Amino acid sequence: MIFRTRESIHIMTLLIDFSVIAVLILGIRQFREPGRAKYGNLTAAFALFLAFILVLYRNGIVDVGTVMVSLLAGAVAGYALARRVDMIQVPSMVAFQHGAGGVAAFLVSLVELTRTTHLLNQVSEISGVLGLAIGSLTFSGSMIASAKLAGRMRQTPQVLPFHSFLVLINAAALVAIGAAAFFVPAGVAFSLYIIEIILGACFGVLLAIRIGGADMPVLISSLNATAGLAAALCGMVIESRLLIAFGATVAASGSILTCVMCKAMNRHLARVIFPRSIPRQAALETTLPAVQAMRTEAEPADSNKDMSDMNEAVAALRAATTVIIIPGYGMALAKAQQEVVALATELAVMGKNVKYAIHPVAGRMPGHMNVLLAEADVEYEDLLEMEVVNPLFADTDVALVVGACDVVNPAAIASEGTPISGMPILLAQDASHIIVCNFDKNPGYSGVANPLYENNKTIMILGDARETATNLVAGLQDNWH
Amino acid sequence: MSNLILLVVVFLGSFVIGYLLISRIPPLLHTPLMSMTNAISAVTILAALAVFSFPTTPMEKVLGGIAIITATFNVVGGFVITDRMLKLFKGKKQRA
Repeated sequence: MIFRTRESIHIMTLLIDFSVIAVLILGIRQFREPGRAKYGNLTAAFALFLAFILVLYRNGIVDVGTVMVSLLAGAVAGYALARRVDMIQVPSMVAFQHGAGGVAAFLVSLVELTRTTHLLNQVSEISGVLGLAIGSLTFSGSMIASAKLAGRMRQTPQVLPFHSFLVLINAAALVAIGAAAFFVPAGVAFSLYIIEIILGACFGVLLAIRIGGADMPVLISSLNATAGLAAALCGMVIESRLLIAFGATVAASGSILTCVMCKAMNRHLARVIFPRSIPRQAALETTLPAVQAMRTEAEPADSNKDMSDMNEAVAALRAATTVIIIPGYGMALAKAQQEVVALATELAVMGKNVKYAIHPVAGRMPGHMNVLLAEADVEYEDLLEMEVVNPLFADTDVALVVGACDVVNPAAIASEGTPISGMPILLAQDASHIIVCNFDKNPGYSGVANPLYENNKTIMILGDARETATNLVAGLQDNWH
Repeated sequence: MSNLILLVVVFLGSFVIGYLLISRIPPLLHTPLMSMTNAISAVTILAALAVFSFPTTPMEKVLGGIAIITATFNVVGGFVITDRMLKLFKGKKQRA
């Protein structure tokens, strides 16, 4: 009889756990439709809240005071920062939050590994040691990513002497120290745990400093995955199904986004982490003379030529019936979203069909550009993904590139052996006219010169994107009224 | 041991379900998606709470307290920022 009751209680808790997980799944599912995603977010938050209540109810809390104060402090800080942050700073903020999650993961692992109130089984212990390493590397990697994204640190990849070798040594040390912790007495184990945390932090730094500006979407997605993994490992330590399920879902999400980003840049994850230095150098050398030639050509800024370019662009836009705007991170850097959207609105008022083409790696995290344009009041139906928009370019009168370079560089298709070869691009080159509103003619992050700029169909308007967009609107209005 | 197997099954099952679910989310929403999963990853808060289910030494109290603060920061911040972002996405229907 007693056995039966225990069994039924066990099944009961299992059912409750799975129901909470189902609520989470329901929340994520709602992200399929942009109109319902808002409720998806609330549903997921509710699932987490349910899990929170369940843990409180099942385990109880000995020290209510400390828990309450800590909860309040974290919630107030999190809320205040999340309310204040600008949409362009979202990637930096997300990275920072990943870091905070990493701290929680390695601290919890440390406490559970060292506490004497109850013993851990071997699997929990292994998970705990992994949690130390992955939690701390998520923390340090995220802090570097956040600093780079916020512009508090140099964007360019920093390569230490023997960098790849250091990474390997560090990884080996992580494994060795982690394994050693199982074979030493508790007192020594504690210091090994601390060393493991420090090594994990070093590992995160080594990985993150080498990744530069435009590769940030890959880094931030991988950190998303490791944050989830760290949470799932904490779940293994305290044997909580809820924690494991939630963490594993995040790990899956982060992995998918990492793959999507790598594919969008045609890079292997290993190549982002261990960049090959030789091909990059070679590519720079082959394109450098061309770039320098272009620079000298661009140098004497002839104001007459500028005016004629502007007039030509206005004429092309006026004659067009379909226009596709290709925004890049340069547009965001110039804070030109509002001006570009104003231009699009003006064109739409003139009866033209205007859409936006969004490359997966435009911006600094997956899908970042969509948020920036949504903030500038663009309806989401007008934001087209690469696969959808590419076939449309052939029937497009004007492709308007604003602050984008690598994502429209035909060299990605035409030439081999450059850092961007094989990267899928937006086929701006297929449009009847191409207007490029970039700051300068310099190559993008990849360092590969852009042949599109030399195309006969291309009208280049160099300078601040904000000014250019405003001038184009003025030009359009001039003869329109 | 059966408990352990169950835990591993939960991990793998959630990973697979998560994978299937998330691969069908449009790239349009990838930033809010990551921001939301970022908040979910702070589910470590449950483990941080569990630290206080047993009597704690002063050191454990400090470490556990910091863990709760950082995890709560992550949860609350993550969901709030996601909410802000998603409210920006407006369709033609809502506009009309």
